[in-house]
Amino acid sequence: MDVLIVDDSAAIRKILQRVLIQAQVPVGTVYEASDGVEGLATLRKQTVGLILSDINMPNMDGLEFLTKVRAEPAWRDLPILMVSTEGTQAKVLEAVERGASGYVRKPFTADQIKEKLAGLF
Amino acid sequence: MSTEQNLASAITSAELSDAIKAATHDVFLTMLGVELTPGDVYTEKTEAAPASGVVSLIGLAGPWVGTGSLSCTASFACRIAGQMLMTEYPAICEDVLDAVAEITNMIVGNVKTTLENRVGNMLLSTPTVIYGRNFQTRSARNQEWTVVPFEWDGERMCVQVCIAPNPDAASNAVRPGFPVPHMLNV
Repeated sequence: MDVLIVDDSAAIRKILQRVLIQAQVPVGTVYEASDGVEGLATLRKQTVGLILSDINMPNMDGLEFLTKVRAEPAWRDLPILMVSTEGTQAKVLEAVERGASGYVRKPFTADQIKEKLAGLF
Repeated sequence: MSTEQNLASAITSAELSDAIKAATHDVFLTMLGVELTPGDVYTEKTEAAPASGVVSLIGLAGPWVGTGSLSCTASFACRIAGQMLMTEYPAICEDVLDAVAEITNMIVGNVKTTLENRVGNMLLSTPTVIYGRNFQTRSARNQEWTVVPFEWDGERMCVQVCIAPNPDAASNAVRPGFPVPHMLNV
């Protein structure tokens, strides 16, 4: 399964890749994007089976990215796990209302990501 | 003063330092597996002495506005990145600055979440990281900083936040991506 990781931090993109391997997710190619604009551009070119996305990013934030992804019929059921420092219940609720499949607050442990991913597949 | 600001006026420097300590402890333990020891908290309003190393700044906006920052030596920054990415970094590079920015983002983001329970929704800018020698930062608004020093194997870093009620609470004083104005003397 190919995966798209959308986060403006290269460090977090690396850590999430490592966590996917630790979680024994059968990962093929991992595509990286540093904001929602790049994320959408990647999705138009590549087929992925999972998206991990931050919320606070320049150019297009994770919530707008989420809304745009869910607006496309082909991507309506694509699992999207939000991974963000935004920790208030209101923000989590907003992400879920916009179509997030799951939500993990930063800082995160590998086990937290694994647990959320297990619930998605 | 609005109701929101009245509620927020109850936030003391002690509460702010507790939020910084809790967030920093949580972030370092979870992401780096490191337990930091906090030192004596202090507040400062005057310009800090010229310093060298890495400073990461993030703006906060909403009913209250301010800045959160993490400052440390170059070697401390390399240790943060090394521990976080499981790689050795002998000198400052793009990866190190990115790791410090993300750690700051998580700490200040978690402080923001704590404050939001009291003052309502706030916005967080993306981090700005400065690396150099003999530079000085200070808030253009002359606010008071709550500073929490931390030690890791004898090396020291400081996490500090300055925050005050937004005189124009109806609008966001800072656009996301742009920290509160700072003076930078190099």
